[in-house]
Amino acid sequence: MTLETIRHLKHDTPDHDRRLDGMAQGVLGTDMDRPEGPLKVSGRATYAAETAPEGMAHGYLVRAATIGRITGSNAEAVQAMPGVLHVLEDERMIRNAAQGMAGKSPVQKQGQAWYVGQPVACVVAESFEQARHAAQAMMVTIEPDGTHAFDAESREAQVETPEKKQLVQGDFDGAMSGAAFSIDNDYRTSSMSSAAMEPHASIAQWDEDGAVTLRGSYQLLRFNKNELADVLGVAPEKVRILSPYVGGGFGSKLGLAPEAVAAALSAQVLGRPVRVVLHRRQVFETVTRRSETKQRIRLACDAQGKLTAIGHENLVSQLPEEVFSEPVAQGTHFQYAAPNRLVGHHIARIRRPAAGSVRAPGEAVGVTAFEIAVDELAKAAGIDPLEFRLRNVPEKHPENGKPFSSSTMEATLREGAKRFGWEHTAPRQRREGEWWIGTGMAGCVRVNMMIEAHARVVLTGQGVRVECDMTDIGTGSYAILTQVAAEMLGFAPSQVETVLGDTDLPPASGSGGSFGAASTSTAVYLACMELRERLAAKIGVKETELTLKDGHAIHDNRQTKLSELLGEEEWRALGHLEPGKAGQDVRQATWGAVFAEVAVSDVTGETRVRRMEGTFACGRILNLKTARSQCHGGMIWGLGLALTEALEHDPRDGHMVNRDLAEYHLPVNLDVPQLGVHFLEERDDWANPLQAKGIGELAICGSGSAVINAIENACGVRVRQLPATLDRVMEGLAAHD
Amino acid sequence: MQFNLDINGERHALDVDTRTTLLDALRDHLGLTGSKKGCDHGQCGACTVIVNGRRINSCLTLACMHDGDEITTVEGLGAPEDLSPLQLAFVEHDGYQCGYCTPGQICSATAMLDEIKAGWPSNVTGDLEAQVDASIEEISERMSGNLCRCSCYPGIVDAIRQVAREEAGA
Repeated sequence: MTLETIRHLKHDTPDHDRRLDGMAQGVLGTDMDRPEGPLKVSGRATYAAETAPEGMAHGYLVRAATIGRITGSNAEAVQAMPGVLHVLEDERMIRNAAQGMAGKSPVQKQGQAWYVGQPVACVVAESFEQARHAAQAMMVTIEPDGTHAFDAESREAQVETPEKKQLVQGDFDGAMSGAAFSIDNDYRTSSMSSAAMEPHASIAQWDEDGAVTLRGSYQLLRFNKNELADVLGVAPEKVRILSPYVGGGFGSKLGLAPEAVAAALSAQVLGRPVRVVLHRRQVFETVTRRSETKQRIRLACDAQGKLTAIGHENLVSQLPEEVFSEPVAQGTHFQYAAPNRLVGHHIARIRRPAAGSVRAPGEAVGVTAFEIAVDELAKAAGIDPLEFRLRNVPEKHPENGKPFSSSTMEATLREGAKRFGWEHTAPRQRREGEWWIGTGMAGCVRVNMMIEAHARVVLTGQGVRVECDMTDIGTGSYAILTQVAAEMLGFAPSQVETVLGDTDLPPASGSGGSFGAASTSTAVYLACMELRERLAAKIGVKETELTLKDGHAIHDNRQTKLSELLGEEEWRALGHLEPGKAGQDVRQATWGAVFAEVAVSDVTGETRVRRMEGTFACGRILNLKTARSQCHGGMIWGLGLALTEALEHDPRDGHMVNRDLAEYHLPVNLDVPQLGVHFLEERDDWANPLQAKGIGELAICGSGSAVINAIENACGVRVRQLPATLDRVMEGLAAHD
Repeated sequence: MQFNLDINGERHALDVDTRTTLLDALRDHLGLTGSKKGCDHGQCGACTVIVNGRRINSCLTLACMHDGDEITTVEGLGAPEDLSPLQLAFVEHDGYQCGYCTPGQICSATAMLDEIKAGWPSNVTGDLEAQVDASIEEISERMSGNLCRCSCYPGIVDAIRQVAREEAGA
């Protein structure tokens, strides 16, 4: 047995050593191509539904058409249909996907349909076509169980106001009434869907020892393993989950989803592998969506444009018994300084499909509405919106006085303005034919988090292997973990193999909340540091005097091949990051600024984004190419939030009306200009020993406001209900005529 | 139902349900899982393959309708160690992230460049008589049937433009 040593870090203090800056391989921070790229572009990367174990049967979920108590079904007739093997009506089936990091079962069926679209049965057949046909023929009888509310703003909705989530500081009302300038507006954002391109899919297979292997599409495997074990009532050791490739997540694959449970339960009954793939419409309904929000924002400032009061009161919706609620004001707590502050958070319990984390829960909608409100106040005060923001940069956390781990708000605003060529103009000044042209800007902010992570690094004379249950949901985990190991141990990336997505490997952070890259990279870094110290000890030098490059150890002007040092040995180390006080003693965040130019048709009210530039500060950039792509994604999601994306719910029963990709409008290629992305060079010592922070979510936290603010600048129409669809813009244009 | 499918230059004999789509035949019966199922309703483009030189959504057509047709999937465009110019350009420009829509994007782009060469106009073409240019706008318009939720559109356009330029220069 090869010796495996452990290096543990409880992250309590900043790391000023910046050891990565002293490494010699020169691959970290470059725009290296993704190592798995050739597999993905040639169709050889295998996603969740794409292995076919011997004897695999096909399952198809049946949805509840109404809400109430489940009293019966035509399961017997369905069971007799061609090819049908089993009709699963198990009470352990789950109501909706688990919330991120739940680690336990979500609400289970238990004879009840809580919302329209809930999975209530699963039909398993020899072929996919037979299963689908039989599932569509299945009738589940549901008796109404009273009246329910379907709209958070309706009178019938029960609204909770958790005490912990309310805040009052100073004399808010006094500051509002005595202000030189103030605004008081309601903003609304729509119910939204993650809509990852790969629908959720699971293939479950049990062995003779009562252990189940699930090939699925998930983001947080170590949590998902416990969730599945809890649902099934087996020990976590009996569950293995494999997710080597994940076709997008954006929060929708944080928690175990209904198809996994249906596949596992059916496979157990039948004693053969079962695959269940969610139909696109089932993805929309059964996987958590982003809650719609109503946000009352009140702001006040003095004659010089210094903010004196900030008020942000939010109403979100959620299904009963779910603990998550969209943390709308997460960024508001620290983005701007003002002595008088008020935050309100209200949760309406309604019967729409469950809400949960979608890319940047909280800031995506909260910062977006807030940055529109800031634009409105700047306009009221007669100050350039860029200048207005620069006058209100906080020096420390405005509510608790803690320092920021790094403060880059001002730098991103100034650099972004320079790159865009920002010039503030009055509205309705530029016209090209039917098109009004205008520009807008907004600040971006997102909290930065670290999550416990383990990773194993195996060193031989020929190269390195990185192993953990981390997932790559498109974020670039394969690339950056390869680069960190290559940089630390002095090998070309081609000599580093990174193996991910298997719960039999050490538990990493998983992917979510922009914490994946920094957390799991730190675990890899720690394991590499352990191996560097063992190498240094073997050679008889200090670790800091050892240079590793191109498979060689260099020290005291001597160069030794690692293959000579290690011979046939395989050295193993386990890195273990445990978040500590470094995350609590300071406010860690990432900052950015986005500038946009739009054209708004005076005839149709259509908005076209012509130009969009983002400048971001996210600590050390581990891979320039994947980092840029993440920001492209965030900016385009911001564009969708601003212009196209809205789930429509039937007011009579809450069901999603437009639950597919034809009717739910993601931005398409022609909606998006060639974006500009720029990163500020930054090292945040508080973040972790890599000085790296999250990237995946920052760009969505404000980009949409730049578009909305640009619409106002173009044609004078202020849209406060998102998305700014043609009808909403037209209404404003008509008021101008 | 028994019939033959000619895929990537190879003939395959099938005996499948008449309801089996071309996409499901590829993925579930022939092990060609490069073509992806994103919506199963022709809304996302992830299942795009090339049939007799034209790009189609393979989820919107039944397998048994393609006896004798010449079908090209992403696997036929190139292998990991022998990638096509478009596949290489997608890697270089990071025209993908999660990779799920990518085979559809690449099949679509491959056929789309032929459409431009053949002079087919699009919704954004100004002069219907002139030779169509592989501009950013033309490429974006013609690729708008292929959704990418990771939102790699800038990289996708850069990758396709590079190949269009290389082909024009050759």
